[in-house]
Amino acid sequence: MDDLRVKYLDAIANAADEAALEDLRLQAVGKKGEVSLKMRELGKMTPEERQVAGPALNALKDEINSALSAKKSALADAALDERLRGEWLDVTLPSRPTRQGSIHPISQVTDEVTAIFADMGFSVAEGPQVESDWYNFDALNIPGHHPARAEMDTFYMHRAEGDDRPPHVLRTHTSPVQIRSMEKAGAPLRVICPGRVYRADYDQTHTPMFHQVEGLAIDKDISMANLKWVLEEFVRAFFEVDHVELRFRASHFPFTEPSAEVDIRCSWEGGTLKVGEGDDWLEILGSGMVHPKVLAAGGIDPDQWQGFAFGVGIDRITMLKYGIPDLRAFFDSDLRWLRHYGFASLDQPNLQGGLSR
Amino acid sequence: MKFTLSWLKEHLETEATLDEITFALSDMGLEVEEVVNPAEKLRDFTIAKVTHAEKHPDADKLRVCKVLSDEGETQIVCGAPNAREGITVVLAKPGSYIPGLDITINVGKIRGVESFGMMASERELELSDEHTGIIELPSGEVGQSFADWLAENDPAKVDPVIEIAITPNRPDALGVHGVARDLAARGLGKLKPLAVEKIEGTYPSPINITIDEDAQTDGCEVFAGRLIKGVKNGPSPQWLQDKLTAIGLRPISKLVDVTNYFTYDRNRPLHVFDADKVQGDLRVHRTKGGETMVGLDEKDYTFAEGMVVISDDTGVESVGGIMGGLPTGCTEETVNVFLEAAVWDRVQIAYTGRGLKINSDARYRNERGIDPAYNMQALDDATQMIIDLCGGEPSEVVVAGEVPDVSRAYKLDTDRVQSLVGMDIAPETQRATLEALGFTLDGDMANVPTWRPDVMGEADLVEEVARIASLTKLEGKPMPRAEVGVPKPVLTPMQKRESIARRTAASLGYNECVTYSFIDQKSAAFFGGGTDATMLANPISADMSHMRPSLLPGLLQAAARNQARGFMDLALCEVGPVWHGGEPDEQELMITGVLIGHTGPKDVHGARRPVDVYDAKADAEAVLAAIGAPAKAQILRGLNDWWHPGRSGKICLGPKKVLAGFGELHPKALQEMDVKGPAVAFAIHLANIPFPKAKSATRPALEIRDLQAVERDFAFVVDADVEALKLVNAAAGADKALIEEVRVFDEFIGGSLGEGKKSLAITVRLQPTENTLKEKDIEAVSAKIVEKVTKATGATLRG
Repeated sequence: MDDLRVKYLDAIANAADEAALEDLRLQAVGKKGEVSLKMRELGKMTPEERQVAGPALNALKDEINSALSAKKSALADAALDERLRGEWLDVTLPSRPTRQGSIHPISQVTDEVTAIFADMGFSVAEGPQVESDWYNFDALNIPGHHPARAEMDTFYMHRAEGDDRPPHVLRTHTSPVQIRSMEKAGAPLRVICPGRVYRADYDQTHTPMFHQVEGLAIDKDISMANLKWVLEEFVRAFFEVDHVELRFRASHFPFTEPSAEVDIRCSWEGGTLKVGEGDDWLEILGSGMVHPKVLAAGGIDPDQWQGFAFGVGIDRITMLKYGIPDLRAFFDSDLRWLRHYGFASLDQPNLQGGLSR
Repeated sequence: MKFTLSWLKEHLETEATLDEITFALSDMGLEVEEVVNPAEKLRDFTIAKVTHAEKHPDADKLRVCKVLSDEGETQIVCGAPNAREGITVVLAKPGSYIPGLDITINVGKIRGVESFGMMASERELELSDEHTGIIELPSGEVGQSFADWLAENDPAKVDPVIEIAITPNRPDALGVHGVARDLAARGLGKLKPLAVEKIEGTYPSPINITIDEDAQTDGCEVFAGRLIKGVKNGPSPQWLQDKLTAIGLRPISKLVDVTNYFTYDRNRPLHVFDADKVQGDLRVHRTKGGETMVGLDEKDYTFAEGMVVISDDTGVESVGGIMGGLPTGCTEETVNVFLEAAVWDRVQIAYTGRGLKINSDARYRNERGIDPAYNMQALDDATQMIIDLCGGEPSEVVVAGEVPDVSRAYKLDTDRVQSLVGMDIAPETQRATLEALGFTLDGDMANVPTWRPDVMGEADLVEEVARIASLTKLEGKPMPRAEVGVPKPVLTPMQKRESIARRTAASLGYNECVTYSFIDQKSAAFFGGGTDATMLANPISADMSHMRPSLLPGLLQAAARNQARGFMDLALCEVGPVWHGGEPDEQELMITGVLIGHTGPKDVHGARRPVDVYDAKADAEAVLAAIGAPAKAQILRGLNDWWHPGRSGKICLGPKKVLAGFGELHPKALQEMDVKGPAVAFAIHLANIPFPKAKSATRPALEIRDLQAVERDFAFVVDADVEALKLVNAAAGADKALIEEVRVFDEFIGGSLGEGKKSLAITVRLQPTENTLKEKDIEAVSAKIVEKVTKATGATLRG
């Protein structure tokens, strides 16, 4: 019996392929295989002989079956290895191209500003960009002869002959949305109004269209000190620094009183702005307490309510934060610019993850 | 507004430094734009004496000088002809920067003789163009700072010039006196009062003045004047010339310089006529239209109807309060001068100035507002100055109209000041501030000074108090949230939709652009706009004349620019407004994307292909799905002319409710916009997609069928112009309960089918709900599908 064992285990180990292995299986443990034939002979044996030969033959059968199965998977593995060796590809070849889209910096920064002010309870209001001169000027305490009208480089819409209304304007600031928001929602009120604005000016640092965000908060006891805090919080959060210092300088806007221009402490190192440190001051926005006439124009009783308003150039703070040098390039749609300064679609700014990556 | 420090000090008694003054000005709202301090560049130079001078051994024109400075005696080689023993000079020691030469002086050897510095000429120090020799001072101690010496002996040379920006509400700060008043109120010194001298005339004015009735209202309030006869005009004295030159004005003659002086010193424009050139009396009146005048700027002006002017018997001689006329202007030869001081209506000045496009100092001030109460005194003050400078004899004053009464008072609510500003400013400080600014307090009523036309209410008092108290000192105070707790979301459904659309497009590979809202008329017209209603009256250029009717032209222009730079394959999108008319409510928010060229660069996988209509359709559908548009929509034909008529469609909910358009752009559109195709696009009307009605986060329960679904394929032969959607809808209608999905998976045109025919193959997925489908059930549904499709499209089942 040992002869059989040695014979078949050796043969299985040396089998070249699955066919040879199948032949061996038939020869050994197939119906007419040597081991099977031996097992048939058990019947002719004495019970004593059977007691010894039976288990031995069963063990031999099991052993041969295991060897067959082990050899079978070894052969399969070898065959697979052989096949994979032939399936070599040059993985340094480029992948299939996919397009990379991008979000324009203006949209991204508008989302950033919105995230910050939403946390302070400001909702977002919008308004028409072709605007009546009442909303753009009169309601904001800028009457027809006011020098500010001339200074604003206003774009006027064409008026058809016979239409005696004053011409509409392209809004020169987002402030008309203040009035529309007051009319719609009344007081108390907290809104920001981002969007396109227009002035007839085009040079190195001006484009005839740019973007502003207006802020407006109206309540019973809102003060200029609250305005300063809100702006400090905004600037700190927007520029993602731990500390900012703002300086208010008295100024004049027809729609606020008192009015202040706001500077931030900063430094310029090698053309890069650092907010919160240094000896320079950079003017970033105009602000003030809403003029009683403006409240009244918006249908809010100025004896009951007070509040602040401010306006920031979105393009400007975008340039400052992200180090973008030329305003005009914002509107040129140069693919190289869009790719370089744009943002990934999934980079939705939020406060829990930080505004920028 | 420009002035010099010494000019300021004529009105302000102060010990404050230049830095303190400029800080206070900016802080109070008189923003300092520039300070030019000539002393800065003279800091290095000291006074020295030449103790000995002799000819250079090797050069005839050079002298070797011994010079005594605060550091002892030193040797300097000098080429100036006036370098000689005994003179007092200005010394530049080694290491000093010479502004006029743009060099730094070093110790050097000149023709073999060592020289330790330089003696400067006026040109080298940029004091004048004088360069015939070195500066010789008439006085000065060795070692004294040259800047200090100049400040004492020739202050005009080192007088700092301050330029401030004046906001439209502060006409009073357009005169140095007004600036000084603000600084005094801030506590930086004491305002020097103006002398009040009356000048009596000795004879009646031969020129009389009248104001026509129609010019009395909203025209000219008061017009006062007098003749000064026998004056001797000519160049102004040096001090006056220096003053005007320092602030950038050109001295002209004594008479004209006097008016300029009052303009800048007191914010008081005046006018001088050469009385000998005035024919008859002066009459203030409104123009009929068509009159002409040559202005002092030598330009011709033609008047529109209703402008307020001053005429003599021969015609218009002056645009009141804006600009005088050349023919009656004063010259060096003028001997009899008629001096005018008037108060004009500000609104009228603004409109007339704007109409004539004259930007003069007089208009600037008269339109912002001068002090009407000063009118008569101004006439006397200017008379005095003319007599002082030119001699002459004044007549009595002639007046037409009346000095307007601008007195008014507003309540100072000291609590309200604190509440609005959020700063503790003591009530007595508030009152003192207003008084220092010229308000007179009567109980809690503050009477507004006549020079502050801007103060028109209580809020203006708050502003005055706050700006003098200094907003720099304002400390931020937290503003509590309007509601306690986690902030509520603030975006409207539309705002969220806009953001999702934008970010979906970017994730589909589009580069978001922001293009101008206005485009050229031709492009606007091509894309359905360009009407007069959407036209700007004053465009900045012809390229930006009309509000865009569509986002396509802007994106295509951007594509053309990029193609010119060599980028041929583009995916650009924009989210923004378009205009259907010129009224505020004719603005619509859209998102538009364009795909141009190929799907990508050439690649080893052969994935590159030209973009086609189905790319645009896929992207439109992806954006629509992201913003919650219903999955089932109609696809109709008949988009606007700028789309390929056969290769475009609109996605609709009913024929009137268009959600989006997509397709290939018309070849003419590409030609028009100079874009190399192929180009496809989609455009979505963001507001047209219905918003979900129920606002609940709960989803409907998930229904999962345990029974196995069955798919069956059918191929139909139809006419080539039968649209697939029609066939799909017919098939789906065969058994709405059982048929879960119908999908087209093959289209085959031509071949054995013959001309004008095509084959469409669909997969129908059957999802049983009750019992497993048996073959006969499937047979039954299949037969129904074939029947429905055949009926709807005239199809035959392909054998």
